[in-house]
Amino acid sequence: MSEYIIKNGHVFDPVQGIKGDKKDIAIKDGKIVDKVGSSAKVVDAKDKTVMAGAVEIHAHIAGPKVNLGRIYRPEDKLFSYVPKGGNQRMAGGFSIPTTFKTGYEYAKMGYTTCMEAAMPPLFSRHVHEEIRDTPIIDEAAFPVFGNNWFVLEYLKNQEIENTAAYIAWLLRATKGYAVKVVNPGGTEAWGWGLNCLTVNDPVPYFDITPAEIIKGLIEANEYLGLPHSMHIHPNNLGNPGNYETTLDTLKIAEGIKAKNKFGREQVLHLTHTQFHSYGGTNWGDFESKAKEVTDYVNKNKNITIDTGNVTLDETTTMTADGPFEHHLTGLNHLKWANVDVELETAAGVVPYIYSPSISVCAIQWAVGIEIPLMMKDPMRCFITTDHPNAGPFTRYPRVIKWLMSAKARETQINAFKHKDKVLSQSAIGTLDREISLYEIAQMTRAGPAKSLGLSSMIGGLKPGMDADVVVYNFNPDKPVADPDQIEAAFQKASHVFKSGVEVVTDGEIVSNGNKRTLWVNAKTKENPQVMRDIQEKFLKYYSVSRANYEALGHHIVPNPYAIEVDAGQ
Amino acid sequence: METVTLTMKNSPGLYLEADNISPDKFAGKNASQIAELHVYEGNTTSTLGKHFDIDGNAGATAADTKIVVKGDVTKVKYIGMKMSAGEIVVEGSADQYVGAWMTGGKILVKGNVAAFAATGMKGGELVIEGNAGNYLGTAYRGDWRGMSGGKILVKGNAGSDVGMYMLGGEIVINGNIDVHVMTHAEGGKVIVKGNAKSKLGGQMVDGTIIVFGTIDVMMPGFKPAGEAEIEIDGAKAKFAHFIGDTGERKKKRKGQIIYGNLYKKL
Repeated sequence: MSEYIIKNGHVFDPVQGIKGDKKDIAIKDGKIVDKVGSSAKVVDAKDKTVMAGAVEIHAHIAGPKVNLGRIYRPEDKLFSYVPKGGNQRMAGGFSIPTTFKTGYEYAKMGYTTCMEAAMPPLFSRHVHEEIRDTPIIDEAAFPVFGNNWFVLEYLKNQEIENTAAYIAWLLRATKGYAVKVVNPGGTEAWGWGLNCLTVNDPVPYFDITPAEIIKGLIEANEYLGLPHSMHIHPNNLGNPGNYETTLDTLKIAEGIKAKNKFGREQVLHLTHTQFHSYGGTNWGDFESKAKEVTDYVNKNKNITIDTGNVTLDETTTMTADGPFEHHLTGLNHLKWANVDVELETAAGVVPYIYSPSISVCAIQWAVGIEIPLMMKDPMRCFITTDHPNAGPFTRYPRVIKWLMSAKARETQINAFKHKDKVLSQSAIGTLDREISLYEIAQMTRAGPAKSLGLSSMIGGLKPGMDADVVVYNFNPDKPVADPDQIEAAFQKASHVFKSGVEVVTDGEIVSNGNKRTLWVNAKTKENPQVMRDIQEKFLKYYSVSRANYEALGHHIVPNPYAIEVDAGQ
Repeated sequence: METVTLTMKNSPGLYLEADNISPDKFAGKNASQIAELHVYEGNTTSTLGKHFDIDGNAGATAADTKIVVKGDVTKVKYIGMKMSAGEIVVEGSADQYVGAWMTGGKILVKGNVAAFAATGMKGGELVIEGNAGNYLGTAYRGDWRGMSGGKILVKGNAGSDVGMYMLGGEIVINGNIDVHVMTHAEGGKVIVKGNAKSKLGGQMVDGTIIVFGTIDVMMPGFKPAGEAEIEIDGAKAKFAHFIGDTGERKKKRKGQIIYGNLYKKL
C-alpha cells in the first residue's frame, strides 16, 4: 500500500489532545504511523484543517424503509441525477439518495464510518445488500429490539441472560452491530391500533411496560459487554410536552455502569434528542425544553446523545415508530406508507417539509441548535440530522456552520417568518457560544467513535489507528469573514483517506476504496432454552424458515469485519 | 423580438430529450451557439445542431426571443420546459412534457401534444390547437404539487387524468375529455366544453370542474347542491351544482367546510 505524509496542516485530534497545532500525519499500510520513508507521497496541508475521518452514529441509509422512500418518492429524484463518469456510478436523489450517492456524499464531507440506525432483522439481507452497494464508507447496522416478541417475553419474566443470548444470536444471524430500540412497546401496540406514549403504558397482550423493556435491554447489553450501548429512540417522539417522557426514559439508566472492554462509558445513547425535547401542550404553545433535557444529561455521565438537527428542507421521514408516522400523515396530509414486520417491528414513511415560514418548524430548528450549545461535554453530544428525518445528511456542513458561527445563526433567525415566536419559545437568542473546530472534532469524530466502542480504531489520528484522515480547505488562523466559507469547506474536503486509500481529492471521488461491514460477533454460554425458542418461533410464526432468515455468505456481506465479544466465561 | 427557427433535418431513432428548446436557454446566443446546446437521445448526448437546421439569432433576453419549431417533432420531448418568458410556436405535433414547469411566456402547438404537457406549470399560457394526451397540467409522478398557475387551452380533445393534484390556474378543453379529471385537486379550474366520461373529481378537496356536455358516470362521493348560473366567455348558462369528494378529508376556510365543485350544464 502507498505511503503518504500530510504536511503542515492544523491538526485537530481529541484523542491526542491536539488543538490545531501544525503537525505532519503519516500513513502506511492503512494505518497512521509515526513516520514514513522519503518516497512517501506528500500532501500539502498548509493553512488547512486536518481531522480524522468523521463517524456517523445515526442515519437511515440502507434497508427496506429507505428503499420504500426511494420507490414512492420519484419527485425526490427529479433533476438530481448525475450520469456515471470517472470513478462514479450514476447517482441521484436528495433526501433519499441512491446507495451510490450516499457513499460519495459522505466521503466528500470526510465521513468514513456510518451506522445504519434501524435494521429490521427479518430484512437484514436487504440492509446488507444496500450496504454492499454503498461505496467507500465502512458501515454497520443496528437491529431493532424494542418491540421484538422474544425480548418482550423474556423481559416480562426479567430473564436478562436469555435476552442476552437472544441478542447475541440475532447479531450473528443479521450481522448486526448494536441494540437499537424504537418507541419501546409502542410499535407493537400499534398492531392493536394503540401506542405507548409514556414509559408506563402497558403493551397489549404482552403486559410489559416500556420502562421494563428499556431497563432489561440496558442490562442485557452490559451483560454481553457490547461495544455500543443500548441506543434508544424513546416513546412519544415529536409531541408537545414529550420532554417528560424523555427524562423518565433517561432516569431508567440511573445507577447502571458500563461494563465492556472497549472504553465505552455510557449505558444509554439517546438519539435525535431534538425530537424528544419539546414542551407545551399543543402546537400553539409549543416550546423548547432543550435546557431541561441537557441539564439532566450534563449531570449524568452514563448517557450520550445525538442532536437530530432540523435543516429546514423538504425531506422524507422514516422510522420504525409506526404509530408516529400515522400521526404525522394526519398532520400534513402527505402520502403515507406503513409496513408491519412480523414478530419484530414495523415502519412508516411520510414526506415532510420543514418550512422556515411555519413557527413549529422554526422552533424545532432552534431546539436542535440549542442542544449542542447547552451540552458541556462535546465528547457526549454528536451531530446528526437523523437523516433523512430532520434533514438530509448532506446538510451537516450547514449545521456545523450554525454551531460555529453566532452570526450565521442570527442570519437564519432573522429570516424566519415568526422570528419573535422562535425567540420567545426557545433560548436560542440568548446563546452566544461558538463551537470550536476541536469541539467539532469531538462531536463528529472522537465522541461517536468512543460511544460506539471503536475508539481504538477510528475517530483519532494516533499512530496505530486506521488511516481515516480528512483535510479541509479551512484555515483556522484566519478569521471567518463569511460563515458560508465554513459550510463550503466541510461540504467538499480537499483530501480524504479511508483506511490509507486516497478516496477524495479536491472534493471529487478518486477511488471507491475498500469498504467494510462492521458487525459484532458476541459469544455467550450455550443456551438450549433460547435456541429451542428460536426454533419454535420459526416453526410456529415466521413466514420464512431460519435458513432463509440469516444474512450469511460473501454475496450478502462481502467484506465483513467482526468485533469479537465473549460473554461466555 | 428576435426569431429563431428550428427545422428538423435528422429525425432521432429514439426520442430526443430537448429541454434546451426554451427562450431562457437560447437568450443571448446566436444560431451557431444554439446549435451547440445539448440534447439527449437514449443514453447518448448530442447537440441541437445535429438534429435541427437553426436559423436566426435569439434576443438578449428570454422575453425578446421567439422560437419556431418546424418539421416532424413527434419524437421530441420537453419543448419549452421551465421557460419563464418569450414565445414558442410548434408548427406540427410534439411529444411529452411540452411546457412542463413553465412559469411564463407563451407556447402555441398547432398539432397535438403527447402526455404530461404543462406538468407542474406555474404561469404563462399554453395553447394546443389539436388534441392533448393524458396527464395534462398535473403533478410530476409522485409529487402532490400539480399545476398552480397559468392558462391552458386545448381546441381538440384531452386524454385522461387532466389536472391531477391541480392547485391553481385554468384548463379549458373545447372538445371531449377522458376519465379522471382533477383527481386530488386542491384548487384551480377545468372547463370541458364537450363531453366527459367518468371519475370527475375523485378525492378532490377544492377546485372547480365545469362540464357543458354529458357525464357518463358521476362519482358516488359527489352530492347535489342546487343550481347555479355561471358566465363563461360572456355567455350565461344554468348549471346543476354538485359538491365533493365527500369521502375525502375536508378543508375549512373562515369556519366553513370547503368542497370541490362540479357544475354540469342543464
